[in-house]
Amino acid sequence: MSKINFLKPDKSNLYTFLYFGSFLVFFSILDVFLNSFFNINMTVFLPYTLSFILPLFLGFIGLHFLRIEYSGIKRLDIFNKNINTNNFNAILSLLIIFIIIKSTPPAMSWLIIDADFAGNSKDVCTGSGACWTYIKVWIRRFMYGMYPNGEQWRINLSFIALALLGSVGYFATDKFKKYLTLYYVVIYPFIAFLFIFFFISGGPVFFDFSYGIIAAIISIIIGFFIPNKFKFYYFLIVPFSIYILLKYFIFYEELIELGKLEGLNWVETGAWGGLSLTFIISFFCLIFCFPIGMAFALGRRSGFPLIRYISIGFIEFWRGVPLITVLFMSAVMFPMFLPEDFFIDKLIRAIIAISLFEAAYVAEVIRGGLQALPRGQYEAAKSLGMGYWKMHIFVILPQALKLVIPGIANTFLALVKDTPLIFVVGLLELVGMLNLAKTNPEWLGFAMEGYVFAAIIFWIICYAMSKYSYNLEQKYKTDR
Amino acid sequence: MNFKLKDIGPQLITVIAVVLIFGFFTYNAQVNMENRGIDFGYGFLSQEASFDVQFSLIEYDGSHSYFRAYLVGLLNTILVSVIGIIIATILGIVVGIARLSSNYLINKFAAFYVEFFRNIPLLLQLFFWYFAALRTLPLPQDAESFFGVFYLTIKGLYVPAFVWENFNVFFYSIIAAFVSIIFVRTYAKKVQENLGKQTPVLLISIGLLIILPLLSFLIGGVDLSFEIPKLKQLATTSFVYDGGLSLPPELIALTLALSLYTATFIAECVRAGVQGVGKGQKEAAASIGLTPNQVLKLVVMPQALRIIIPPTTNQYLNLTKNSSLAAAIAYPDIVLVFAGTALMQTGKAIEIVSITMFTYLSLSISISILMNWYNKKIAIQEK
Repeated sequence: MSKINFLKPDKSNLYTFLYFGSFLVFFSILDVFLNSFFNINMTVFLPYTLSFILPLFLGFIGLHFLRIEYSGIKRLDIFNKNINTNNFNAILSLLIIFIIIKSTPPAMSWLIIDADFAGNSKDVCTGSGACWTYIKVWIRRFMYGMYPNGEQWRINLSFIALALLGSVGYFATDKFKKYLTLYYVVIYPFIAFLFIFFFISGGPVFFDFSYGIIAAIISIIIGFFIPNKFKFYYFLIVPFSIYILLKYFIFYEELIELGKLEGLNWVETGAWGGLSLTFIISFFCLIFCFPIGMAFALGRRSGFPLIRYISIGFIEFWRGVPLITVLFMSAVMFPMFLPEDFFIDKLIRAIIAISLFEAAYVAEVIRGGLQALPRGQYEAAKSLGMGYWKMHIFVILPQALKLVIPGIANTFLALVKDTPLIFVVGLLELVGMLNLAKTNPEWLGFAMEGYVFAAIIFWIICYAMSKYSYNLEQKYKTDR
Repeated sequence: MNFKLKDIGPQLITVIAVVLIFGFFTYNAQVNMENRGIDFGYGFLSQEASFDVQFSLIEYDGSHSYFRAYLVGLLNTILVSVIGIIIATILGIVVGIARLSSNYLINKFAAFYVEFFRNIPLLLQLFFWYFAALRTLPLPQDAESFFGVFYLTIKGLYVPAFVWENFNVFFYSIIAAFVSIIFVRTYAKKVQENLGKQTPVLLISIGLLIILPLLSFLIGGVDLSFEIPKLKQLATTSFVYDGGLSLPPELIALTLALSLYTATFIAECVRAGVQGVGKGQKEAAASIGLTPNQVLKLVVMPQALRIIIPPTTNQYLNLTKNSSLAAAIAYPDIVLVFAGTALMQTGKAIEIVSITMFTYLSLSISISILMNWYNKKIAIQEK
């Protein structure tokens, strides 16, 4: 055995260092472990501060001994390379291990061991841990807001149906794949509308819808006879005018009769809430903000200076103000801008406000995609004789949108995280309901449980989405 | 005539549509205001506000004007934004570097932090800190002190206040230090370009920053003393700390939430920036004989900063805009004071919301103009 230099462990005394070092590290971790899990202090004979520092000091020396370069033991080398490259790293690693060990028992005991799950009233919550009974009692409010208990199947049914319809894309065969875009952009949102209006809202909303559907059908039928040149302007103007005509001038009595189908009980939007409202708002804002954002992205890159400046103004305006002031605007300022007898539901106002706000961000994301496309794509499309719309619809946008899917997903993630702000207009989704439940005199003092519960739910949703967007990013990266 | 219908048509339609929409809104607003007997105007700004704000940086009470109340809100917004930005930057850089560490545990710990705080809505975090975490703090009479001078209680954080004498002299000395540092830097750069000599700029800068303020103490008659908060009994069960500075719990919760949330994004910016510098750059720098420190200082950091700074400024802007969530926990920022209380009292929705929006808008636009200028300045000049 050669001379041992404790300051510089080397391979010649490998096993001495290995055993001694592992013992020290093991001892230090054991000390912290026993201390935090079983409240046993092995070094009780030492003064308090020394006893506190000791595991760190011993572990540090142990890791120093273990730091043998090219030891020849594969596991030790990997260990050193990963958490023990130098003294600084060793101390940080030890600190992290200790923090994890120290924080596990209190967290576990609060979350599970000392927590109360049983019962239906506040009285069972006597332990020092969390009171999950509170969540259990309030779960319907957290999920559905003030929606009547007996009617909640309507929300469940709608969500399940929409989720199933939304997953059609995964099962579509190649034959139907080319219709998927049409399906997701036009048909699916329309079905979703129907579900929300007939099922979740209920009541006599059918009137307006019947006019809309009739107007759409009439204008599409006439549209077949309109020359291609004017089709764009035609569809810009005519359907809406037919709708207005129908609503205010023709068929008035007859259509009301038609619309008077016996519907489900009407539930006003003020009663909607909880997590389901988060989903509804996110869904519709996504649907609305996407076309608006696309229009403004194209507008910002348009060759017409007036359209460009208007688009820039729009985008920069919404991006420059916080969402909370936008919602303030929709709550207090927007009603001033409408005719006096004209009332828009506050949920719709909130959806419009959030959609416009997010549309500006979506526009910037899409613009990034448009800019990233090589100029050759534009030139090739033009040289084939395509006009502006044909070029964009068939060549530019499909490629650009594919590029920006991760960016859109991130914007959507931000949208989901922004939905709690609708408390400004008086709508209460999950976080708002928590604050309401917290102030209930029978259930005072359980704020922590509520927030932890909501945090877990939001975290799962957002983390899944961010992972999904990351996967998409990886997928499309290899495609190009 | 060069104009064609094809060019003019769409523009005309858009402009007419925009004008029509705005006209419609303005007309309705006029009609509505006439009906309700409200008149449009910003004259109310000079009227007496007659409401109190619990936390203000400038002197304010109910007898001051609405404009003063606006300033109070604006300053509070700026205060929380600046504190948040400083903490978020420090934390973000630390976590971003930790994310790049070869140490498995540190790396995963940082990743956990980023993924955890990034995926929970900011409002929820804010509520958590304010309504759950800070409510578990002790009452003033039970509070234990940190180092005998800081008191963290349910009523806020109490820190010693600085009591300055001749503060302006001290302030000028710091400005003088910065000016002279700029001079030294320019001079050092010139010397290096002409003679190839390197001057220890950093040491000189630190020296200047210490020596000049110190001189102000010795010669300029500046004096500094601390006022330590002391427990004072108001009633039998009611205690407060007297003296010193008190930071309200709203400010603490808001700062915590904003900086912990934004730091995750800054960390990702830092990571992307450092990873964005090509490996070849580091190897090339090492191969011409630069020391690791020089590689970092002269080659990696300048290039990484170019990638890091634009998205980070964006995050600063986001933080400033997110500080408007203060309204949810009653921290008197511009949204709460002005778009909340003042609006409630005057009923001037259009004026007040437009002023509030314009404030944020001008803040963001001025910062983005500054950023564009900076970007242009540091962009690689391709020849």
